[in-house]
Amino acid sequence: MDINQKYTPQSWPDHPETATLEGKNKFVGFWLLLAAETVTFASLFATYLALKDKGPSGMEFSAAGLFELPLVFAMTMILLTSSLTSVYAMHHMKNYNFKAMQAWLAITVLLGLTFLGLEIYEFNHYVHIGFGYTNSAFSSAFFTLVGTHGAHVLFGLSWFIALMLRNAKRGLNMYNAPKFYLASLYWHFIDVVWVFIFTVVYLMGVIG
Amino acid sequence: MAHDTHVHVRSQAEFEYVKKKRAEEMRGHLATFAIMIFLTLIAFTMVAAGFSVYLIVPIILLLAGIQVVLQLYYFMHMSGKGHGMIAFFMFSGMFVAFITVLTFVTIIWW
Repeated sequence: MDINQKYTPQSWPDHPETATLEGKNKFVGFWLLLAAETVTFASLFATYLALKDKGPSGMEFSAAGLFELPLVFAMTMILLTSSLTSVYAMHHMKNYNFKAMQAWLAITVLLGLTFLGLEIYEFNHYVHIGFGYTNSAFSSAFFTLVGTHGAHVLFGLSWFIALMLRNAKRGLNMYNAPKFYLASLYWHFIDVVWVFIFTVVYLMGVIG
Repeated sequence: MAHDTHVHVRSQAEFEYVKKKRAEEMRGHLATFAIMIFLTLIAFTMVAAGFSVYLIVPIILLLAGIQVVLQLYYFMHMSGKGHGMIAFFMFSGMFVAFITVLTFVTIIWW
């Protein structure tokens, strides 16, 4: 089969992401990566939990006094909504509607950028009031965990943007359908990690 | 080539059926999203309302667990066919994750 074969909505397969051997291999390999990422984040969460509120004596910052829930709530809602918009994008991908998919991906990217902007604002605010990376064991563990998640958001956004631009004129085919599908899986995984960050770091941090 | 994909053109009836099924699936995803928003609201409200820590922590961890299951099984389609190996990968990862967190919160102290 020619990888650039043209399709119509009638001939587009049910599961274009796994319709070719290449797609199947990517699919399995990518989930293996996500399982490994689970372990990566677990080690960062474990480090954070062990070092929470720990540092030199007389340290003035603690989780209970530092975190502000309204900002975290806004970030959570934005990321959760972006998860839904990428579901919409994949819905249109499976319907062989390239333009609708690109439009929903663009909305996803905008929401992701807003999330990232708020996170940068938050980090900047902490550094500004003296809670920098080297302030305490607590601050290092916090910035490493939440910062690694933020780096994943940045990577996910770059991935979406690269796919959208590179395939803008090509349209959907068996070559890029698995790529779009995996990028959206990655985006959902980022939301999965954030669910634990807002629960374990922020909510459990505020209650002490 | 050995891995040739057969291009199957659906009949109009078949096509309408698949389209309808997808629209139904999308409505299911919307319901899942509504549940996720609701669970998040409960978690934040409980903390804002200032209930006992011993009540809040287990409940918000449970809510987070439910939300992750919804993400994995519905948004990421792990409930679909051909995800057996994937479930094996993810549950292995989660098992190691659980042991790692358990170790760090129980045997480390300062």
